[in-house]
Amino acid sequence: MIDVRQISFPYRRSADQDRSQPAPHPVVIVGAGPVGLVAALDLARKGQRSIVIDKKANLADGSRSICWAKRSLEIMDRLGLGSTITDKGVTWQTGKVFFDTQRLFEFDLTPEPGHRRPAFVNLQQYYFEHFCIEAARQSGLIELRWQEAVEGLEPTRDGLLLSIATPQGHYRLLAEWLIAADGARSTIRRQLGLAFEGRVFDDQFLICDIKLPMARPAERWFWFDPPFNRGRSALLHKQADDVWRLDFQVGARADREQELRPENVAHRVRAMLGEGIEFGLEWISLYRFQSRRLQRFRHGRVLFAGDAAHQMSPFGARGGNSGIQDADNLIWKLDLVLRGLAPDSLLDSYDGERIAAAEENLLNSTRSTDFIAPKSAVSRAFRDGVLALAQTEPAARRLVNSGRLSVASCYDGSPLNGANGDFAGDCPAVRPGAAALDAPVAGDAWLHDGIGDGFVGVWFCREPRLPAGLAAAQSLLARQPIPVKTLLVSDPLACKRYGAERQGAYYLFRPDQHVVARWRGFDWAAVAAAVERASGRN
Amino acid sequence: MPLKREPNLKDPDGLYAAILAAHADLSESESVALNARLVLLLANHIGEEEVVREALALARQSIDEPAPG
Repeated sequence: MIDVRQISFPYRRSADQDRSQPAPHPVVIVGAGPVGLVAALDLARKGQRSIVIDKKANLADGSRSICWAKRSLEIMDRLGLGSTITDKGVTWQTGKVFFDTQRLFEFDLTPEPGHRRPAFVNLQQYYFEHFCIEAARQSGLIELRWQEAVEGLEPTRDGLLLSIATPQGHYRLLAEWLIAADGARSTIRRQLGLAFEGRVFDDQFLICDIKLPMARPAERWFWFDPPFNRGRSALLHKQADDVWRLDFQVGARADREQELRPENVAHRVRAMLGEGIEFGLEWISLYRFQSRRLQRFRHGRVLFAGDAAHQMSPFGARGGNSGIQDADNLIWKLDLVLRGLAPDSLLDSYDGERIAAAEENLLNSTRSTDFIAPKSAVSRAFRDGVLALAQTEPAARRLVNSGRLSVASCYDGSPLNGANGDFAGDCPAVRPGAAALDAPVAGDAWLHDGIGDGFVGVWFCREPRLPAGLAAAQSLLARQPIPVKTLLVSDPLACKRYGAERQGAYYLFRPDQHVVARWRGFDWAAVAAAVERASGRN
Repeated sequence: MPLKREPNLKDPDGLYAAILAAHADLSESESVALNARLVLLLANHIGEEEVVREALALARQSIDEPAPG
């Protein structure tokens, strides 16, 4: 494979630039990072055109976001890229935590078989973006405009008038909707004058990616107070192409310039991995934890997603993964609005659902940060106490927090959720609002292959036959303004996961594969009402 | 089960002495460390998080608003 980082994206003057009137476009996406590209691919999957604008001329420098969680991989499966990413990346599910020179414990993030995707695949962000860009080009519905930047936006009666700067002067566009996926330093956020409030932590962390063939297992290794970084922490992760991610806590007072010097970085790397090693330095970056978010993610026709909407500490891999889930949540709603099938108020549920998710992610990443980098003498006393006890006490191990790793958010309490049937507390993992759990199904396939993109109703039942009412309603459901595809699943593990071992169960899934509602039987009126509710039509 | 606020120890004076004895030759920061570890072990033993939270609130209240006297 060619070195994708060498690929450059030329500016190409678009016909829009030579029009006398601003050209209208349904969706403009600002930012061709993972979130903007996933949004564009998901729109294309639904037949919607979009324009993606980015000022860069190359892929992300450095590997940046590297840990793609199971839920992100499932979303990428829906977009046709799950296998490409998994095949190129490094699959892992085990983490080990060390204190000084002792191994405290290890954890396995996928204790249960029967899922297509592992807990995590590590892959440099530039590969993720590269695969998305290739797919975007093949879609025929996505226009990528490189080396262009939105310099101003003003609302008009039926859209947003964007001023765009290019290497050959300015032009204007009329966007019906704008997705701001332009990262932590979002220019759209600044242009709208929106506050991005929260905490910035004092401690600094040094990331370096090195290239070095090493016969180490693909596991997440985390050290508290190791001999090679006394009193601080360190992290090791494997990526594709023999690249390793090293992350050193360097303290609040570390000198930026000194820390970033290659010879100083090399000294740290050798202290960690062995004095004799020869390696290539791929990328160095020094950062502080940020923990902030926009008050609202929807501002009229501007929809913020990913780091532009929320920024968090990287321990837990919640940044990139939550951004992918933002896009997953947003696009089906925007598609229904664009097709006139749902009122634009449906987009307020993007705001509600993804703000709740951001809060959960911020809470978890802030707690990890407080454990990894204690802020006061007493918080250090508790942290050190946990680590000391964890050497012998299983009870304390559960308190060791080196990052609580990203899992799919459940949209509890969302106004889009429908009935929980008479499930009460049964199968809480697939309650209304939760992302579908995968399972193997007949024909060497996976449950996730059959659901998503549109609304899908699945009848889970060990007896492979639809109930009479559902069999009769099946074609009517498929012909509704918002159609519902019917699926029959009788595989044992799937039935077990969905609480249908003894009796059948009907689950209605949204286009983003989250559960709308579930019932023990099929009731046409209840399902129709749930679709109306989940699409904001009532 | 709410936090027990009535006496619940068989040998209160003996246990009080044992707590002091454990701290006897420790510096102030070592004592903070000991207390932290003790809290963590006892909290896990109690298990009922509501009870621990109630005890936390009560302990905190006795610092924020000392009883008159």
